[in-house]
Amino acid sequence: MALGVAVGMYGLSFGAAASAAGLSVLQACAMSSLIFTGASQFALVGVLGAGGSAAAGVATALLLGTRNAMYAVILAERIPMSPQRKLLAAQVTIDESTAVSVTSSKPLAGVGFWSAGLTVYVMWNLMTLAGAAGAASVDTHALGLDAAVGAAFLGLLWPRLREAWPVALGGALLALIAVPLTPAGVPVLIAALAVLPRLVRR
Amino acid sequence: MIWTAVLLTAAGCYGFKASGWFAPASLLDRPVVRTAATLTPVALLAALVVVQVFAAGTTLTVDARVVGLAAGAVCLWRRLPFLVVIVVAAAAAAAVRAL
Repeated sequence: MALGVAVGMYGLSFGAAASAAGLSVLQACAMSSLIFTGASQFALVGVLGAGGSAAAGVATALLLGTRNAMYAVILAERIPMSPQRKLLAAQVTIDESTAVSVTSSKPLAGVGFWSAGLTVYVMWNLMTLAGAAGAASVDTHALGLDAAVGAAFLGLLWPRLREAWPVALGGALLALIAVPLTPAGVPVLIAALAVLPRLVRR
Repeated sequence: MIWTAVLLTAAGCYGFKASGWFAPASLLDRPVVRTAATLTPVALLAALVVVQVFAAGTTLTVDARVVGLAAGAVCLWRRLPFLVVIVVAAAAAAAVRAL
């Protein structure tokens, strides 16, 4: 339940951010029901809202989405499932459902995965609608909602900073250097290069 | 154009999720795969923070958004809930703009 409430609030802020970036209520809701992975959704609206190209936005969103593939590999080993069921499970394979499943005992891994995944799916979509519809009727700039998007990204990054702050610092610096030199949206992609030193060092 | 971006992202993100469910578990035995999948989001999120706050098109600026981010960071440091972080960041930026 606490998970549902927390995710609901996050969904509310996504709906508002999408609206502030110029997306319609229908587009915001389509993103939450079809894409359904928060960081990628925030990244796409962030790049589009900053005037970046759709291609740069999609590329950033997809790079962020690769971690869900790793989650699925881990989950597939823990939760036996028919191929048809796997196709359904794929849509709710996200940070939250993976976290609940891997912290449950093995017999409860499946229950934890489905209950967390479906709870988050329902809350995320309802609150996206509420946030987008609410923000569409107010002055998002005067309310500072564009500034809140930066804080939302920081909130997603925060739990990873302790172990991976050098990568975060490298990514931030690369992006800042790239802002005046490349079209909007591209600096975020260039920041992915900050991972390279960790890949070649063995 | 926005619709194309939304649908492409949806198809791609679903593709990643589904491919993992059907991939061999031995894939994660390769440290390069695990490191890349774990650390790429960290670099991208850090970049999204600074771009969202300091970029105005292709120029770097310092404006009310910085105050919002700083207020949000204090909330995160104090371990306050996500909603509080968002609301305080927005309110701080709004207050600066209203001055």
